[in-house]
Amino acid sequence: MTYITKPRLHHPTLTANKVGYTRRDYEGRISTLCAGCGHDSISAAIIQACWELDIAPHRVAKLSGIGCSSKTPDYFLGASHGFNTVHGRMPSALTGANLANRDLLYLGVSGDGDSASIGLGQFANAMRRGVRMAYIVENNGVYGLTKGQFSATADRGSKSKKGVINSDSPIDLVGIALQLGATYVARSFSGDKEQLVPLIKGAMEHGGAAFIDIISPCVTFNNHSGSTKSYDYVREHNEAVSRIDFISSRDEITAMYAPGEVVEVQQHDGSMLRLRKLRADYDPTDRYGAMSYMQAHQARGEIVTGLLYVDPVATDLHTSLNTSDHALNAMGVAQLCPGSKALDIINRALR
Amino acid sequence: MKPIESINDFVIKFANVNGSGSASANELFAKAILRMGVPVSPRNIFPSNIQGMPTWYEARVCEDGYAGRRGGVDMMVAMNPQTWDADLAEIEPGGYLFYDSTRPLPPSKFRSDVNVIAVPLTEITNAVYTDPRQRQLFKNIIYVGALSVLLDVDADVFEKLFAEQYKGKERLLESNIRALHMGRDYVKQNLKAPLGIRVKRSDQVGDKIFVDGNSAIGLGMVFGGATVAAWYPITPSTSVPEAFQKYCEKFRVDPVTRQHNFAIVQAEDELASIGMVVGAGWNGARAFTATSGPGISLMTEFIGLSYFAEIPVTIVNVQRGGPSTGMPTRTQQSDLISCAYASHGDTKHVLLFPQDPHECFEHAAAALDLADRLQAPIFVMTDLDIGMNQRLCKPFTWDDARDYDRGKVMTAEELEAGKDFGRYKDVDGDGIPWRTLPGTHPTKGSFFTRGTTRDPYARYSERGPDYIYNMERLLRKFKTAADLVPQPVLRNAPKKTSYGVIYFGSTTPAMHEALDVLEADGVHIDALRLCAFPFPESVNQFIAAHEKVFVVEQNRDAQMRSMLVNELDVNPAQLVRVLHYDGTPITARFITRAIRDIVQPAAAVPLRQKEAA
Repeated sequence: MTYITKPRLHHPTLTANKVGYTRRDYEGRISTLCAGCGHDSISAAIIQACWELDIAPHRVAKLSGIGCSSKTPDYFLGASHGFNTVHGRMPSALTGANLANRDLLYLGVSGDGDSASIGLGQFANAMRRGVRMAYIVENNGVYGLTKGQFSATADRGSKSKKGVINSDSPIDLVGIALQLGATYVARSFSGDKEQLVPLIKGAMEHGGAAFIDIISPCVTFNNHSGSTKSYDYVREHNEAVSRIDFISSRDEITAMYAPGEVVEVQQHDGSMLRLRKLRADYDPTDRYGAMSYMQAHQARGEIVTGLLYVDPVATDLHTSLNTSDHALNAMGVAQLCPGSKALDIINRALR
Repeated sequence: MKPIESINDFVIKFANVNGSGSASANELFAKAILRMGVPVSPRNIFPSNIQGMPTWYEARVCEDGYAGRRGGVDMMVAMNPQTWDADLAEIEPGGYLFYDSTRPLPPSKFRSDVNVIAVPLTEITNAVYTDPRQRQLFKNIIYVGALSVLLDVDADVFEKLFAEQYKGKERLLESNIRALHMGRDYVKQNLKAPLGIRVKRSDQVGDKIFVDGNSAIGLGMVFGGATVAAWYPITPSTSVPEAFQKYCEKFRVDPVTRQHNFAIVQAEDELASIGMVVGAGWNGARAFTATSGPGISLMTEFIGLSYFAEIPVTIVNVQRGGPSTGMPTRTQQSDLISCAYASHGDTKHVLLFPQDPHECFEHAAAALDLADRLQAPIFVMTDLDIGMNQRLCKPFTWDDARDYDRGKVMTAEELEAGKDFGRYKDVDGDGIPWRTLPGTHPTKGSFFTRGTTRDPYARYSERGPDYIYNMERLLRKFKTAADLVPQPVLRNAPKKTSYGVIYFGSTTPAMHEALDVLEADGVHIDALRLCAFPFPESVNQFIAAHEKVFVVEQNRDAQMRSMLVNELDVNPAQLVRVLHYDGTPITARFITRAIRDIVQPAAAVPLRQKEAA
């Protein structure tokens, strides 16, 4: 039950990060999801990523829509403010929150029903605008809370637990994000924490709209044979383009790689994404290359994972709007109100 | 046939084709009359179209200052052949028809009881201008010039207005003055002027300003401290965010960095607009959206979230004719119930009813304060009549000592000092809980905002007692709101009477005129202007003090009356409907007739005869 608080006993050997928090400080309430749910692994990866990034938990705002995935922000970063909005509309609420205070980090958590079905329009427009956020879709191809209906990311021909074959084409959120201008686009698998944690770290530190589609099997309603979002299916078809190491701007770079083996991408804040290439022909800074690579490989039934595209000098909506460097929500009457003298001049012009 | 004789009291209507540039010429005409010290209230009557359809501009010149639509037309400026027959028919007997006589019209196209003023506008224009666009624009100025002589408006008033408008653009200034005099000269040389209806210099304008309600709201939002606006274009509200943008660019750009102390997003739809505003309000910025009825329908789910999760949001609803797409360019007050009770479940929302642009400014700023204070959606309920028409009203004022009321926001210091924080706990007895903003304190004061039920400490709970506590507290908060909103304005009749009338918003000027007319007739009525919902106790007292109370509103279903019955448990038989909902602004004539029919049924006199007297 979500109102049960986790015991806050800290193991004395737990190590604190540079801002003085242990990993336990990034946890939330006890999850109420099914045992073995992929979403819980993602929550654990978010906790790990934020701890490793030395982010003070209260400087993150976590927003979500409605559904199993959207419940998860209650299960991590308990010291952060969270906002469980309405179904499919997290992107707009996050956009407004971000405009109000650009000093926080914004984590949007959504699901495939929330982002691809009811919320496709808001997903698409948030990507277009370049809202600075880490937008995570916990994608299981199924409606869990209402017990097993297909969502819009379910593959054509995949089978539901009740035996129904899906006849609709799937929506590929990664393809849409690439097309609409997201500046950090990745796909991962909840069962691959080694890949997932650095991807989340890169997204949290990214300067624009970062999107990660994480295939996260639903153990209860979509983990059977005939499903293309089951643990077994994803493991068999996972084709990673690279292995990513995230190096914060504060870390010293020590590891050495042979030339040609790695691609290094420095983000706006100085942090470094080091991609160990698993595919010689893959260039993660080529948006159109990424799109055609994805399409070619998906057509062969492969699930391409890893950091698919990154624009290291990404800008965001605040840049487009030329908003103040200071948070709008902290401005008072002195900064915002033109005052009575200005009003007298307006009055005069209206006579 | 006796021509209408009237100084400083007449209605002139311009029948134009939209997209022909007539709007600015007509506005110039109205402003010139104001500069003569005579009040004028113009109304645009326009189609949901950009070019080629009929459009009208109806200006009521009235020294007594009545700003409501009068009804009837004393002079028609018939510039649109498409609508000729209907325009001609609308003129009062003894009235005037002004038309472009370049092409002859058969006698069947005229009325024997109407004075015809023929000016060959096209001929005059084409003799001087060759460029088609210039011909069109200057023809408008030429007819304004011709009218100015006919109605005895001084040329220097126009010249001054042109000088203000075209400051630094000498070429435009000169060419406009020239066109004006082309019209003036023709009338002076060929026609008898001035007419029986005319303008005489007066001093009834004073320091009043001439502005539309949507601009006033945009300005009020700047003064009130809104920093985030998200919107989706919809008539008749579009000019609200546009005005906000304009004033922000003037007043909210940092002089050194050139950075903006505001953020405006044109969203993909109304769902996203309200979502952004809710997100910004949750995060502590003052945020608003502006829309009209169909937009409210789309926003309804988020409005419910804002009510239940208690997030400050300001929503401007510039109402138009509904339902569905309805009459997009006509006026109504027909979204009262859809706003007051927006969303599923038990909800009630605060509505403000500005009467004119002056109050649009005031209510915009007040709504932002109320939203923060009450942590709830606040609706500013204006309509097309106030929103898109310029109205003569009191000048805007602002007290420089005024600070924004940010409501109950717990600070990091208070949390650090160990102050108990229960996000949905009523600690002050007014139903309003305390909130914290994201990022306030490293370990204290965080909570999970949601649309699901919760206990006073914001923990998920479906327990009955927790739910009841919350819902009762929300009711208590709504009761508190009744004391915080702008209070009703009472206007007592000089004699004790058992009749009362309740009205609000854009009905006000027509209502006041009707009250004067009735008063002069010996019909006494006490009047109460509602400025907001929920209703304070004074509304209950007003109704209780009268046997019959007319409720005057601009919708079919008597929505305000339903709300009064619903909220105050008054006897429905006591509340008499006076409903005007054809999409045109309500008139004093309409109200007077409706009330008189009930108060003096035996003494009924044919209206036209009565009013001509």
